[in-house]
Amino acid sequence: MSQSTPDLSCAALLKNFAGHLAVNNLSFAVQRGSFFSILGPSGCGKTTLLRMIAGFIEPDGGDIIIGGRSMRGVAPNRRPVNMVFQQLALFPMMSVGENVAFGLARRGVPKAERMSRAAAMLERVGLTGAGAKRVEQLSGGQRQRVAIARSLVLEPTLLLLDEPLGALDLKLREHMKIELKQLQAAFGTTFVYITHDQSEALVLSDHVAVMNHGHFEQVGTPQQLYYEPATAFVASFVGANNRIFGRLKSLDGEIAEIETADGWTVRARKSGQMAVGGHVEAFVRPEAAALERDESLLPQNQARYVGKVQALLFDGANSAVLLQEDLTRFEFRVALPQTGRFADLKVGERIYFSFDPQRAICFSGHGGPHA
Amino acid sequence: MPEISDPVSGRVWQRRLVLTLLLAPALLWLFALIVLPHVQLALLSLRERVAPHVYEPSLSQFGTFFVEPLYWQVFVRTALMSIVATALTLLVAFPIAWVITKVARGRASALLFVVCLIPFWVSETVRALGWLILLRESGVLPGLLVTLGLTAVPVELLYHDATILTGLVYTSLLFMVVPLVSSLESLDNSLIEAAYDLGASGFATLRNIVIPHAAPGITAGCIVVFMLTLGNYLTPNLLGGKNSQWFTELIYTQFIVRFNWEQGAAFGFLLLGLSTGIVAIGLRLSGQRFVDVMRRS
Repeated sequence: MSQSTPDLSCAALLKNFAGHLAVNNLSFAVQRGSFFSILGPSGCGKTTLLRMIAGFIEPDGGDIIIGGRSMRGVAPNRRPVNMVFQQLALFPMMSVGENVAFGLARRGVPKAERMSRAAAMLERVGLTGAGAKRVEQLSGGQRQRVAIARSLVLEPTLLLLDEPLGALDLKLREHMKIELKQLQAAFGTTFVYITHDQSEALVLSDHVAVMNHGHFEQVGTPQQLYYEPATAFVASFVGANNRIFGRLKSLDGEIAEIETADGWTVRARKSGQMAVGGHVEAFVRPEAAALERDESLLPQNQARYVGKVQALLFDGANSAVLLQEDLTRFEFRVALPQTGRFADLKVGERIYFSFDPQRAICFSGHGGPHA
Repeated sequence: MPEISDPVSGRVWQRRLVLTLLLAPALLWLFALIVLPHVQLALLSLRERVAPHVYEPSLSQFGTFFVEPLYWQVFVRTALMSIVATALTLLVAFPIAWVITKVARGRASALLFVVCLIPFWVSETVRALGWLILLRESGVLPGLLVTLGLTAVPVELLYHDATILTGLVYTSLLFMVVPLVSSLESLDNSLIEAAYDLGASGFATLRNIVIPHAAPGITAGCIVVFMLTLGNYLTPNLLGGKNSQWFTELIYTQFIVRFNWEQGAAFGFLLLGLSTGIVAIGLRLSGQRFVDVMRRS
């Protein structure tokens, strides 16, 4: 973390919609020049938070400080913040160049200067000479870049992005992810990005806040969220995970032994306080488990299980197999090794699997998936 | 379509028949009630009575309009008043349409629209008479002004140009609100927010985003209101009395009072031609195309 003052900090931010706390007493800071994502399911309050930062919604309590200045009572058109809208909101009645120059014109920059600055900005985002085109002549990815150029030409302290990749098809989305990250690195502007797509958040961000029910469950680097989830919600929301509900049978130092209702016993590293006999839930990443046809090849110090192949989920490098544990019929997902071993696995085949309890994590929780 | 192939060409013929039959009532209506009378009027306007029951083809009726100052002056006055009434209607209707589409939500929005509509359930005559009750010297408003001490004696509020304009704006409001609502409804709110976010003031957003988007609706509303106002007879006549000098009153006088159908018909065509010309100039000045306006609104 750098020592400079944060570009954005929120203190005890509160927003109430008809008795429902959309944003609940939220405090956080975003460092200058970082790419900060707010990740959460729809309805978690992330859009409300972003619109409060942009100034379209007045908070019911708390304060937003941007670049060291309180934004209390500052209208959106006076904030050093610009936003890239979900549907981009490019102005169809203007050319691409006029779109980019719009904000400069509002600041009273003379026409010749704003046109040359708009052209220079278009060049920086790889759209040299597109200034005279109509918006509808551009492809989805190009429009995206125009929307970003239109905001960045104003040199905002903060660029807010409201799920701008949501409307794009998968291929373009993958491509734009890389482009966004490169643009952010090139400009050095602080980006605050909201999304419900965990892969976007993990790939793009320096820091991610996982939001749920109006508060942050965890703020950390993508690696921290993935390997050290602070709550059960983060563990289930970020990345694929096998979720095992059960009761705590015993504790052996940091390792908890969990027994499911069907009598399956697994071991996982404990996180937070839990009492023997209480409800817990364990999470095991598909790639944390190992597969072997020969039981003796699995590590001797790990509990070994046997499962029947239910389905093969081929997805290139992310291929996995869905196993049904023999005793309890628990469905367990295991990533297939990328070496191509087990490429000959068949549905119905029985196979041994195990995982390192250190790579599984256990939280105190509630009784089951529907509880 | 496979039906177009030769063996089933009977189907095509059948389809054309169905289409013709479906369109027949409308075509018949257009022909019998619009085209025929106009042909008749055109023929009337192009002849001159030289002796009882003796007529000669002539353009003198049209000549009269330009030679007699009264006639073209009344037309110019009517056109100018109509332009002012149209502009005022736009100014009044725009905020209403804005509130209906962008401020009010759900039921409130529908309710506001109905409030705009309800006065039109009452006939125009009754509404104009309502204005008479409010504005005449012994009416409600002059009485109120005296009670409030604003005027010493009741003043006559009827028979002024302002009264005519008020009545015309009121009568035309719905015809401006409807196209404005439909064109503002299609304006994406995020465009307004984006403009605001990029530093635009309310006025700059209105000028650069809202008006360019709503331009076809504004133009359509203006054309309809201008034509209705120019061709209005009742409101100027009732609210303006003899001072109104509305062009339609001249046409009425020629047909009904002076039995000069030839002159009346010529005035009718002049009104049609000149108002079309004014609309064309308006379209040219605002950079709109008639076809686009009619399609987009």
